Amino acid sequence: MTRLPATTEKRLGLVIDLDTCVGCHACAVSCKEWNTSAGASPLSDVDAYGADVSGAWLNRIHTFEVTPEGAPAQIVHFPKSCLHCDDAPCVTVCPTGASYKRPEDGIVLVDEDLCIGCGLCAWACPYGAREMDPVENVMKKCTLCVDRIYSETLAEEDRIPACVRTCPSSARHFGDFNDPDSNVSQLVADRGGIDLMPEMGTRPVNKYLPPRPKTRSQPAPAPALDPTPAPKADGFLGWLDAALDRLG
Amino acid sequence: MHPAVSVIFFTVMSGAGFGMIFLLGLGFPVDGGAGKVFLVSLTGGGLAVAGLLASTFHLGHPERAWRALSQWRTSWLSREGIAAIMTLMLFGLYALIWMTSGTRSSLLGWTAALGAAATVFTTSMIYAQLKTVPQWNSPLTPAVYSGFALGSGWLLASAFGNHGYAEVWGMVLVALAWSAKWLWWVRAGRARLADSGSSPETATGLGLIGKVRLLERPHTGENYLTREMVHRIGRKHARTLRMLALLLGALVPLVILALIALSGAPALFILAAALSMSVGLLAERWLFFAEAEHAVSLYYGHR
Repeated sequence: MTRLPATTEKRLGLVIDLDTCVGCHACAVSCKEWNTSAGASPLSDVDAYGADVSGAWLNRIHTFEVTPEGAPAQIVHFPKSCLHCDDAPCVTVCPTGASYKRPEDGIVLVDEDLCIGCGLCAWACPYGAREMDPVENVMKKCTLCVDRIYSETLAEEDRIPACVRTCPSSARHFGDFNDPDSNVSQLVADRGGIDLMPEMGTRPVNKYLPPRPKTRSQPAPAPALDPTPAPKADGFLGWLDAALDRLG
Repeated sequence: MHPAVSVIFFTVMSGAGFGMIFLLGLGFPVDGGAGKVFLVSLTGGGLAVAGLLASTFHLGHPERAWRALSQWRTSWLSREGIAAIMTLMLFGLYALIWMTSGTRSSLLGWTAALGAAATVFTTSMIYAQLKTVPQWNSPLTPAVYSGFALGSGWLLASAFGNHGYAEVWGMVLVALAWSAKWLWWVRAGRARLADSGSSPETATGLGLIGKVRLLERPHTGENYLTREMVHRIGRKHARTLRMLALLLGALVPLVILALIALSGAPALFILAAALSMSVGLLAERWLFFAEAEHAVSLYYGHR
């Protein structure tokens, strides 16, 4: 059903901290590993060991250079995956009902058995969150690890998305944005979480925490010359001083 | 955007086909017996069907195409599928009755005409609805698709039919369609991704710090996104293709129509105008895709 639910019970999603992300790509690799071995079909690659390698990934890490006015440029690593938008345009354009948004937790999913691989959902997404699987010919996207978060067999601490579980710098956080006391809601409130391309009207659930302001070193004032003459040294230092004086 | 040959053929061919169905349904005069009616109906219906079949070639799973008829409540692509099939069924019935009894049911005809107009409109809305492609996101897109469908449909119908003023009306419709396209091009020139209010700064949310520039792509090779939406190779010959589109799509058909009107040559020669226009429209449709800039390009270093 491609009609979007007016509200969802929970709004599960991610907070991505651009301040602490180190750009190691571990989240993307972990995502690829989990989603190629679990789920409906593998996350395929073509020519994986050749010269023209290409494949479907659900998470991609871009690196941007940001140049503030009158200050040096800084590097920001930028992980990008599905934002599980409230007004997901990818869902409403789907002709078959393969794409849907779950009313219980707001996760946007693709039913691979219904997908005809027309690609219109990928055209409708401004974020490039959906990729066609080159072997299965169906659309693939982030599932928010729906097969981990509700698992009853995984260890308690593993019941979070693979990318969040693996991030070595705690730049990724998972939680319910409908709960004002959740870790993700708190982080967004404290750090001023932002939407990507709000002008597209997609109302993304995932939020990004901007890098904290840099403490920039001020040019140190030139030290004033000490007007009082240095006390005269004696002993060995006095001899050294005199010897150096003689050398000029 | 990547110009998929199957989609280019589909939109041009089925556009002409549904344009022809629209006109025949409204009662475009065609003299002659069942054989002539069969030929005319086959041309209109055949083009529409051939285009629809071509469009399934770009699907990852064509065998599941029937599922596309289910989500008409929200999806323009689904609506297009339903409108196309309904129109073809109605027109098939209309043509069958026409062929066997010689009478043209105006109720069936008008309904089929309405369906044909709806089909072309829904096709255009698949593109016009996309906020991610600012050049397509305009009411001018349906105007252009409808204009070209009507223009090329008229030329085809005129070649087989017996309209007294086929050439004059043909010239008017072709000129109108290209005027709409000219407006579309003017708007598209001003409605580029850079003018849309989206930028690498809004795409990353980093605009509050400063100017944003891509330093490193996430991947060394190409991927689905870069091939499909950050596709730029097709723009290489944009200028030549636009000239070609105008020459073959507008100028040549207009000259042929004028010559036929002045010389009184048989209407069948209008077929040459229709063919030329179709080739011109293939170039126009190529550019429609190739020149369109998608918002995801902002993540790949293009403004």
